[in-house]
Amino acid sequence: MESLLSITSMPYLYLAFMALVIWLAMYFARKPFHRSMTSMGRIIYNGMRLAAASVKLAEKRLAARNKEVLLNAGLETAERKVEREFDRISVAVQRDLEGYPQVQRKLTEDLLKIEEDYTKAAEIPQALPDWVKVIDAIANIKPSGDRMVINMLEDIHNTLIDQHKIALERHRRDVAERHTLLSRMLPFWRGVQKTLGNVEKTITNLSQRSKIIDRYMSDYEKILIQSDLAERQLSSSSLTQFFISGIVLAIAVVGAIVNFNLVAMPMSEIMGGNSYIGPFRWADVAGMLVVCSEIVLGFYVMDTLRITHLFSRIESMEDSKRHAAFWVLFGCLLLVAGFESSLALIRDRMVADIEALRQSLAGVEPDKSAISSIPKIGQMIMGFILPFILSFMAVPFESFVSSSRTVIGILSVWSLRALAFILRLLGNIGFYATRLLINIYDLVAFAPLWIEGFIMQRMALSKGNSSSVTSTEEENLDVSSLMENRSQNKEVAA
Amino acid sequence: MKVRSPLVIVFCLVVLIGCTKSADHSKGVYMLLDTSGTYSGELKKAQGIINYLLGTLQPGDALAVGRIDTGSFSEKDIVAKVKFDARPSVANQQKRAFHKMIDEFMGSVAGSNYTDISGGILQAIEYLNETGAGQKYILIFSDLQEELAKGHIRDVPFQLTGFKVLALNVTKLREDIRDPKIYLERCEQWRQKTESGGGKWDRINDLDRLEDIFAPRF
Repeated sequence: MESLLSITSMPYLYLAFMALVIWLAMYFARKPFHRSMTSMGRIIYNGMRLAAASVKLAEKRLAARNKEVLLNAGLETAERKVEREFDRISVAVQRDLEGYPQVQRKLTEDLLKIEEDYTKAAEIPQALPDWVKVIDAIANIKPSGDRMVINMLEDIHNTLIDQHKIALERHRRDVAERHTLLSRMLPFWRGVQKTLGNVEKTITNLSQRSKIIDRYMSDYEKILIQSDLAERQLSSSSLTQFFISGIVLAIAVVGAIVNFNLVAMPMSEIMGGNSYIGPFRWADVAGMLVVCSEIVLGFYVMDTLRITHLFSRIESMEDSKRHAAFWVLFGCLLLVAGFESSLALIRDRMVADIEALRQSLAGVEPDKSAISSIPKIGQMIMGFILPFILSFMAVPFESFVSSSRTVIGILSVWSLRALAFILRLLGNIGFYATRLLINIYDLVAFAPLWIEGFIMQRMALSKGNSSSVTSTEEENLDVSSLMENRSQNKEVAA
Repeated sequence: MKVRSPLVIVFCLVVLIGCTKSADHSKGVYMLLDTSGTYSGELKKAQGIINYLLGTLQPGDALAVGRIDTGSFSEKDIVAKVKFDARPSVANQQKRAFHKMIDEFMGSVAGSNYTDISGGILQAIEYLNETGAGQKYILIFSDLQEELAKGHIRDVPFQLTGFKVLALNVTKLREDIRDPKIYLERCEQWRQKTESGGGKWDRINDLDRLEDIFAPRF
């Protein structure tokens, strides 16, 4: 600035001249500047709005797709649950009701026996004969003193007593037989009661299962009609699954690292400790391969058991082939576990050897009393068990993968929503920034504008009413510009 | 596509095999022991360092111990040398045998009249280049006071590119105590000789620092 002022001997005059020139330039360039700024504001605003609308559309599509995926997954799960309940019912029916004809036969037999016994028990014991009363009357005649009559009556009396005894014994025997028949009925009654109890239990079980199926079917229907409640429930369930399976998977990864450390050292005895692939030792790579193969075998085993459904090819396999594949894979897993257990033994020996070497180098006699076989056995057991534990990694892995689809989808929707908001915000900021620039421009060029206003006022006064037509046109122009501004404001607010 | 897939697999295998280099990761260590009269009393410490190296070096590494005497540029001055087997159990056996040899040497070592350090370094360079080790170390266990016998010429420049030369336990002589400049000049002279040959120089009097250099790779 100083250099500019120094080119003339009258710097203040030069400064005033320059200001005048700038003001004039700004005055004449005012309308083009206003138009260009307004256009720029509109470009920014419309561009950002368009981009935001596009992002919003993408968000809607993604949300719809997420919903579709979520509901499909929910449908699949519900179908699987219903299928499992039907399987259970099938098993229960096969187990309990398959033998129903036998149960019915047994019941019929028991009832027949009960009926037979009941019929037998219903027979009334034979009563004393009627002639006994006649003899009894004769026997009760008072003796008249005739010896023959006395003898006869005594004989009748004795006969009657004998007959009475016989009849009484027979009656007792008959009653005892009846009681025996009745007591024999008791186990049959109990048998019938037990059989009917079992049938009742089975029926109750089936009834409960049918209620569970009803509940699942109700859920299924909710998903099928794509209700918001079902979507929210499924979404919440997916998030829970994601976090739980993530934690379990992290623990499983720690287990895999422990397993790797158990395997890597003895692998150097097999693979050699000085060969490298890139920055990694072959022994370490081989150790990692063993651990990975255990995990992969576990995945296959879980799939053949239909605990997980990672591979569609295994899922669609015939049952006989699937069983065969399971036993082959299980055998492989068993072999790997045995191999790892033996590696654990080698590791223990190597560690002991290294320790002995270090002690001998340090000139210390190795302490043999401290040697114990417990760590060796512990390592071997750990080496054998860890592959089986790692095989269960498939369950949380499947859950994590399936739920992560939902979680990633939700996060993507959120980020798209945020992006749309930012774009709209930027559009508004751009629009109002250009308005601000226009106002600042007018503020800088206040002097010529003020003069213009002053002159216009004077001219208006001198022309009076004759210029009413012109002023109306100007007013119309002002009104149109005002309307334009209002419409812009409305758009921004929208 | 069907034709390309095997080609890609073959290419990957070639790359993998190409990457399989053990030499770049293996260490070669040559330790020079000064057996001159003024320094032979320090050899007990050297034995400790050798034991440390035996405990630290891994399968595939190489270790040699050479003597500095009147004419050190000779295979006869290599006291013991070994290239450890790839299998750790065999390497441990080799370490035991090496330890035994060093023990025997320490019991029977006789002091020499002259100190041919340069000859020893030349011998070490020759040995380590033959091992093909990726990281080469020459450990000089000496006071760095070279005394050559008459007729011995050692004006051959060292070719020490890729080598690291470590001067261990550089003790101060009587003259050094009187004038430390002599000691510093002597060390500086060896540093210049090493670095002019393309090698890296370091002086370690605190032997615990060795752990930073030879720490295990895992």
